Parts: sequence; structure tokens; C-alpha cells
Amino acid sequence: MKRLPVNRLSSRTSSAIIWIVLLTLPLWMRAVGSYTELGTQVVVLALAAMALNFLLGFTGTLSFGHAAYFGLGAYGAAMTIKYLVPSTPLAILVGMAAGTIAAMIIGALIVKLRGVYFAMVTIAFGQVFYFITFRWNTVTGGDDGLSGWHRIPLNLGFTTIDIEHDGKAFYYFVLLCFALSVGVMAFLLRSPFGRTLLAIRENERRARFLGIPIERHLWLSFVISCLFASVAGALYALLNNFTDPRALYWGQSGNFVIMAVLGGMRSFWGPLIGAAIFVVLQDYVSSHTENWMSFVGLFFVLVVLFFPRGVLGIIRRRTMR
Amino acid sequence: MSLLDVQNVSRHFGSLVAVNGVSLAVERGELRAVIGPNGAGKTTFFNLISGFFPPTSGRIVFDGVDVTQLPVHERVVMGMARTFQITEIFPEFSVRENLRIPVEVAAGYRLRPWMSHTDDGEMRARVVELMEMGGLTDKADRLVGELPHGDQRATEIMMALALKPRLLLLDEPTAGMGDQETYDITRLIRRLHKDQGLTIVLIEHDMRVIFHLADRIMVLAEGAVLAEGTPDQIANDERVQAAYLGKAA
Ligand SMILES: Nc1ncnc2c1ncn2[C@@H]1O[C@H](COP(=O)(O)OP(=O)(O)OP(=O)(O)O)[C@@H](O)[C@H]1O
Ligand SMILES: [Mg+2]
Repeated sequence: MKRLPVNRLSSRTSSAIIWIVLLTLPLWMRAVGSYTELGTQVVVLALAAMALNFLLGFTGTLSFGHAAYFGLGAYGAAMTIKYLVPSTPLAILVGMAAGTIAAMIIGALIVKLRGVYFAMVTIAFGQVFYFITFRWNTVTGGDDGLSGWHRIPLNLGFTTIDIEHDGKAFYYFVLLCFALSVGVMAFLLRSPFGRTLLAIRENERRARFLGIPIERHLWLSFVISCLFASVAGALYALLNNFTDPRALYWGQSGNFVIMAVLGGMRSFWGPLIGAAIFVVLQDYVSSHTENWMSFVGLFFVLVVLFFPRGVLGIIRRRTMR
Repeated sequence: MSLLDVQNVSRHFGSLVAVNGVSLAVERGELRAVIGPNGAGKTTFFNLISGFFPPTSGRIVFDGVDVTQLPVHERVVMGMARTFQITEIFPEFSVRENLRIPVEVAAGYRLRPWMSHTDDGEMRARVVELMEMGGLTDKADRLVGELPHGDQRATEIMMALALKPRLLLLDEPTAGMGDQETYDITRLIRRLHKDQGLTIVLIEHDMRVIFHLADRIMVLAEGAVLAEGTPDQIANDERVQAAYLGKAA
């Protein structure tokens, strides 16, 4: 298997194919018997999984609590529109700020932990946020979730884009947010800072003795990762015009991990493929059986057993030989 | 003032005293060898100097600054670099990539989210220079994990050098090497010492290497200093012969 150099995360061809598919998706989604919202869902969850993978695949640290930041993004956005200002961009910014600030604080408390301990504590903190949204009925709507609001059309001054009713317009809006986010992540990973993260993933001891303050870099990676997870959460709430405590539940964190590992956490686009498989499988299988999670679980186990580098790892091996 | 001044350091592991009241002063430009039987505490002593863990008691002064409580990365910034007894590299990266990381850290770029074209060129040139010095140029784009042991060791030494250290700590650089590889590494260390005036502390078992390189030798046994002196003094020291050379013969 040919390997990509460290400062090239994905081949030009695979990036080009992915962008073409994403850009044309609303044009053929119906033709294959599906609907645009499903595509939007894939892009949103792909952003969450790719954000998680910034930490998991490129810094070598597993978080099992990313749903917390995803959920904070969702509640931040929903509450902004419901209680504060009717503005979609502002809602996203508030959601992002909520998730990021929480990550800065929690990150500082956990960067000394490693491996399983790190993962366990991220779950624990995630569950704290879950219970807060669950219990704090008056503000968060508790178990029923936060409804009675909807995303607001984008006002650009000279024209208005109706992302509220036009599903395609909303898809492209989400895709723009996605592109900016993954663009920033790809850019960072190719920088000297990004290389320090890869160094930590490859050999923490060596990295430390090369003069990299591991805890500080790990904290930054965690915060960056959670920032984009909260953007995804905000978009998720906007997609559904609704959010509820399940967005923060640890099972949701598990889903992000499954997507990343399924698609291939060593490749930049892997989690996107994982998210697509996950969402399509959920959509298709759940219309036939209640038990769709066991199918995803089975598929996941098979991939991990036979293709440890994920779905994209298999494709890459085939094409590069 | 000595570049490195270790004052009476000890390190306990539970009831085991791995390093017991060891002092060592290393002058600028000196090449000091540390020898001693297996389990004497040599690597532990290096771990204390480089900040892997703190000493149970004692002080470590580097370039006039008390570094006893400083974290590893701050000691690196001050000019301390080390290699490990068991090679620590990035096996899945190429030689070029392995060197690129310390080169960027040394330039103070570790938090940079971008890099200008000129800076990028400078970093590349520095990497090329290091690969030439370490005889690694023809393996630049090979994965380090796939290279022979000697080349891995050379890469590790060049990674430490990429940090532009003022003190280089080498833990058994020739361990597990054949004659040719040992010769190459010895020559490299000698060049660093003689041509560049680098201060080096070297743990080594191979006596040929030590007597060829060292200005002075410190002998550790059971965590304590057994003897200290020039290679000739050490070779003629009866206690050393009894405890160490005698055992090897
Ligand atoms: N982290 C640790 N925890 C517990 N004991 C340790 C630790 N590191 C070293 N020791 C013990 O301290 C003693 C000295 O070990 P050290 O590795 O410093 O010896 P050494 O002189 O480098 O030996 P060698 O020539 O075999 O490399 C040994 O008994 C070792 O088992
Ligand atoms: Mg040792």
C-alpha cells in the first residue's frame, strides 16, 4: 500500500471526487429515490465525525464525549433563535461559542489523562451536560426537547435566501459551513502545528523530548475538535428545527466514533464516508426493521475485524496498488 | 561555570535506590562517558537530567539555571536534547518527516498554523543539511521503521541535533549494532564533538567507542559513583576493574 506523505492527507483525486459528489448531490438525490434532507444530514454528521477525527485520527486521542459539544452547539443555536435573536448565523456562532468555551474548561481538566482514562472522563463530563438539559425543563424543554422555533432565512442585504423552506438552499448553506470547517482543519493539519499533533499520535515520548509541550497541544487539539463538533450540532438543530437531550447522550458520541472508525480514521475523508454509510443504513434499514442499530453494529464489527483501516482504507489500497 | 552541574541527585523507586547521591559537572565542549554494569542507574540518571521524572533529592543546574523542577520541553528550549536506549522515532514517517518536526520546533514554529514559502524553503534546506550530516540522504523518503537499525539510530541522533542543542545526551547509541554501523556512529559523534564543539554525555558499553571518544569517564555502580577520571585513570583503577572491567573480561 502506498502511503501519503504526512503533509498530504488525502490524494487530490479523492478530494475532487468528494467535492463533485457533494456539490451535485441535490441534483440526483431524488433520482436515486432519496431526499435532500438525507444529504444534509450526512454532511452535518460528517462534520461532527471529521471534527472528532481531528482528535482521534490525527492526534491519537479518543474522546467518547463529543456529543456534549455537539449538543451544546445544538442548544446554543436553538435557544438563541427561540429566546434571543431571529438570526441563523448568530445562532451558529452562539452554539459554537457555547461548545468551545465548555471544551476549553473541560479540556484543561483532562489533558493529563491518557487512553481509556481520557475516554472515560470525556463520557462522564458529557453525561453531566446530558442531565442538565434533561432536568432544566423551564429553559431546555427537558425530555420533550426544544421546539417552537425554526431556522431563519438568510438576509444578505440585497437579497434573502430562504433556507427555511427551500431544502436545497439549506443544503448548500450547510455545505458552505462544512467546507469552511473542514478547510480550516485540513489547513491546520498541514501546518507545523498540525505536524506536532501527528508527532504526538505517532510517539508521545519522542514528541515530548523534541520540545513539544504535550498537554498544551493536546488541549488545543481538543478545543479545535470540539469547536467544529459544536458547529455541526448547531447545524443539526437548524436542520430539524428542534433539539432534545439525545443530541448530548453518550450514545451519540459513540455514533461519531463509529462513523470515524467505519470510514477510516487515518484518512481525512474517512469519517465522511463513515457518516454516509451510517445515515443511509439507518434510513434504509430502519424502514424495514426496528432493529437497525444491530445492523450498523454488525457492519461495524465486520469492518473493524477485516479492514482495520476503514472503508476508505480498502478503497485506497485497491486503487494505489 | 560548568554547562551541566548535577548536585548530589538521588532517585528512589519504592525501596530501590536507582541513583544514590550522584554529582557530575560537565564543562563546555567536553565529551563525558558514563559507564557501569547493567542496572547501575545510568539511564535513570539521564532521565533525571532530561526531566523524564524529578529526582527524589538533589539539584540539577544547566547553564547556571536550576532546572530541577522544569518540564521537559523547557529544558529542550534551553538546549538539552537526548536519545533513548531503545530508539524513539516516528516509525511510520519518512526520514525527512522525522527531521522536519524538530527542525520546526527549534525554529519556534510549533504553534504556527501556516508557513510562508520562504520559511518552508528554509526548513527543507535544514532537513537536507541534517540528512547529509547523518548519511541519510539516499533514504530521505523511506519510512524510518523499515530502515536498518543503524539508520534508525542515526535518524534519532539527527532529530536531537535538529533541536540545535548545547548539550546532547546519548544513551547507548551503538547498542545492538554491527561493526560497520558502530564505526559510522562513532565517527559521527566524534565529528560533532571535535568539529562543532558540542558538549556530549554518552552512556556506552562498548569500550573501544569510549576510549576513542571520551575526555573523561564516570563509572556508576549500584546507583553511586564508583570512580571518575580520564580514560587512562579509569582503565587502571582497581575498583573499576573489579566491579566492571573484570566482570566484562
Ligand atoms: N521507572 C522505573 N520504575 C521502577 N524501577 C526502575 C525504573 N527505571 C529504572 N528502574 C530500576 O532502576 C535500576 C537502574 O536502572 P537503569 O535503567 O537506570 O540502569 P542502567 O544502568 O541504564 O542499565 P542498562 O545498562 O541495563 O541500561 C534498575 O534496577 C531498574 O530496574
Ligand atoms: Mg540503560
